[in-house]
Amino acid sequence: MATESTEPGLGQRPQFRSQTTAPSESLTGTRPSYRPYPRPIRMPSFDMRGLADGLGWFSIALGTAALLTPRGLGTLSGAGRGHPGLTRGVGVRELAAGMGILAQRNPAPWLWSRVVGDVMDLAMLTTALGSTNPRRGRAAVSFAAVAGILAVDVFAATQLTRHAGNPLISGVVGPTDLYFETSIATTKSPEECYRFWRNLDNLPRFMSNVESVQALDERRSHWVAKGPAGPRLEWDAEITEDRPGAALAWRTLADAQVSHAGSVIFESANGGGTIIRLSMHYSPPGGRVTATLAQLLRQDPQARVREDLRRFKQLLETGEIATTHGQPTGRRSLIGRAVHRWRLTSSN
Amino acid sequence: MKANVWYGKEQLRVEDVPDPRILNPRDAIVRITSTAICGSDLHIYGGFIPGMLAGDIIGHEFMGEVVEVGSGVRNLKVGDRIVNPFPISCGSCFFCQRKEFSLCENSNPNAWAAEKLWGHSPAGLFGYSHLLGGYAGGQAQYARIPFADVGPIKVPQSLPDEQVLFLSDVFPTGYMAAEQCNLQPGDTVAVWGCGPVGLFSIKSALLLGAGRVIAIDRFPERLRKATEAGAEGLNYEQVDVLEVLKDLTGGRGPDACIDAVGLEGHSHGMFGVYDRMKQGLMLETDRPPSLRQALKACRNGGTVSIPAVYGGFLDKVPFGSIVNRALTLKSGQTHVQRYLGPLLQLIEEGKIDPSFIVTHTLPLEQAPEGYRMFRDKEDSCVKVVLKPWLEPPTLDAEPQPKTHLH
Repeated sequence: MATESTEPGLGQRPQFRSQTTAPSESLTGTRPSYRPYPRPIRMPSFDMRGLADGLGWFSIALGTAALLTPRGLGTLSGAGRGHPGLTRGVGVRELAAGMGILAQRNPAPWLWSRVVGDVMDLAMLTTALGSTNPRRGRAAVSFAAVAGILAVDVFAATQLTRHAGNPLISGVVGPTDLYFETSIATTKSPEECYRFWRNLDNLPRFMSNVESVQALDERRSHWVAKGPAGPRLEWDAEITEDRPGAALAWRTLADAQVSHAGSVIFESANGGGTIIRLSMHYSPPGGRVTATLAQLLRQDPQARVREDLRRFKQLLETGEIATTHGQPTGRRSLIGRAVHRWRLTSSN
Repeated sequence: MKANVWYGKEQLRVEDVPDPRILNPRDAIVRITSTAICGSDLHIYGGFIPGMLAGDIIGHEFMGEVVEVGSGVRNLKVGDRIVNPFPISCGSCFFCQRKEFSLCENSNPNAWAAEKLWGHSPAGLFGYSHLLGGYAGGQAQYARIPFADVGPIKVPQSLPDEQVLFLSDVFPTGYMAAEQCNLQPGDTVAVWGCGPVGLFSIKSALLLGAGRVIAIDRFPERLRKATEAGAEGLNYEQVDVLEVLKDLTGGRGPDACIDAVGLEGHSHGMFGVYDRMKQGLMLETDRPPSLRQALKACRNGGTVSIPAVYGGFLDKVPFGSIVNRALTLKSGQTHVQRYLGPLLQLIEEGKIDPSFIVTHTLPLEQAPEGYRMFRDKEDSCVKVVLKPWLEPPTLDAEPQPKTHLH
């Protein structure tokens, strides 16, 4: 797993063409598979990447024409031969958008730049529709064409924005799904790690937000956690994969307030000990905006889970969790108290 | 209890704070009998250490008597007299198993912040910023010691505080600096800075077989102490250090160089002005004139050992010297726990008496004055020991509020 990455932006270019990529199980034998969320999943039924590439080449063709023969293009479109500088500017814009779409891993922002460009062009063509323009007939045709292209751009941009999550893992791609992986190394054996994690009573000891985990039966459990803003969050989860001494996977059940799915793999490390690898999908209420905000305040699940893993390691290796909560200090300033409140430092 | 609390650059106040208590099973509480101001504490005093918060109790060199132990501490009992190492180490992680205690993976609760700055997090330290754990320090009447079953060493009542206190930091730090030079019998070692760490580096280098130690400073009293420790002194205000070092070694340069100065290095001329300006404008965090000089002075294939504290980003460091002249660079916060036993033995055998560095002993109440004095090298100050339970002298009893031991 060390050389492959399923995180967008780190690995190979995500395959927008095939949404049915095999689950990451195919990458290594020990990896538990991900199960779909219990809610409808919207999948694009269209070859979005192909459409985006087409729009990219169109941009490059238009941009090249505008740069080489600005007056010719002005005549053709009905916009007039009077503003070659302006037309060249449009050409540069189109070339940038085209190269962005074709070269970048995520074409969505460049498609949005095309949308903005289309609107600018429509505004310019509107001035050419006036009765004083002898070529206003051509301008009207151009206007209709650009409007049509605008519609295609908007469609492609929204589709690719929506599905920029993690297309490599089938079945869990939802509009607001976020995905991350994190890992930590410990001197304890995979069996010790598994045994400690599998005992649900241990989980609140190192998961800082979790207040209690109650087993409902062999596979299902009820979770109560502190919410980031105050009110408690509760959900039911089930274990979807249980390989003693090796791995665990779980997902939340229907109607969970915070739906997520995750897995933890206890991988035997070279030279003894264990590398603990945790992956998680989650859908933050409010989507990417709240996710980014949470990240700034270090309240996002990725930072939280990373700290949870550290505490897991500390408990296992030392029997306690390093802390300074409750130690004496002098008088804290407003900043000092705020830093503490947001748990940016562990000490008060 | 009374504690020395940091409130900002050059703002220290000794004030009443709550007593520490046991927070984890492997904690112990110690009643501090002696604590010292470290050269690295001066970087905190000067506001150069990132991650400090107003209200932090500082200090990391301390010793005392155990007054309470947690349920997980079996090797210590109430009444034991102990010296405490400044890094906090769990004893069971990957690094502790390799005896690299200052790299403990389990003792920094703010590891994420250290990772942002340095890539990975080292161990938590006492009283040395929230990047290194935010633990309350030992310039106080009591301190809580986490992982007390791993760190502290019991010391016999027969040895006075001043002889064993420096096992907490500066003695092992100077020793590790010399040990890392991989000395061969007869080697020549140059030491920049004749503060406590530099002085212990000199003594340790000689103990480890160095044939000749050259000490570089500008304060006559520090150079005198260095000469007493067995080194030859060089005053860099009077001679061209690089020229003289070449001269003394037949043009080859010292076999090993030890930089015991750190991020507030002083230098003359253009570079001195340049560093002060860049540091003032926050374009560099550290002023490294001694490191630049050590890298230039060291012989081809030699070792440059850096016990000095550098915190962040350094400028105009001649890295080409390292590459083209095959230098070895050694550094690190001291793995104090590794050295406690062997060095205590050296003290007990009378091979070294670490109390030679002490110049001032003050009541804890006068810590702020001690810091200022130490920073300004006023009154030939080399090392200040603070006594947390000593009443400050009343004005009519003694007009001069400091006691001179040496």
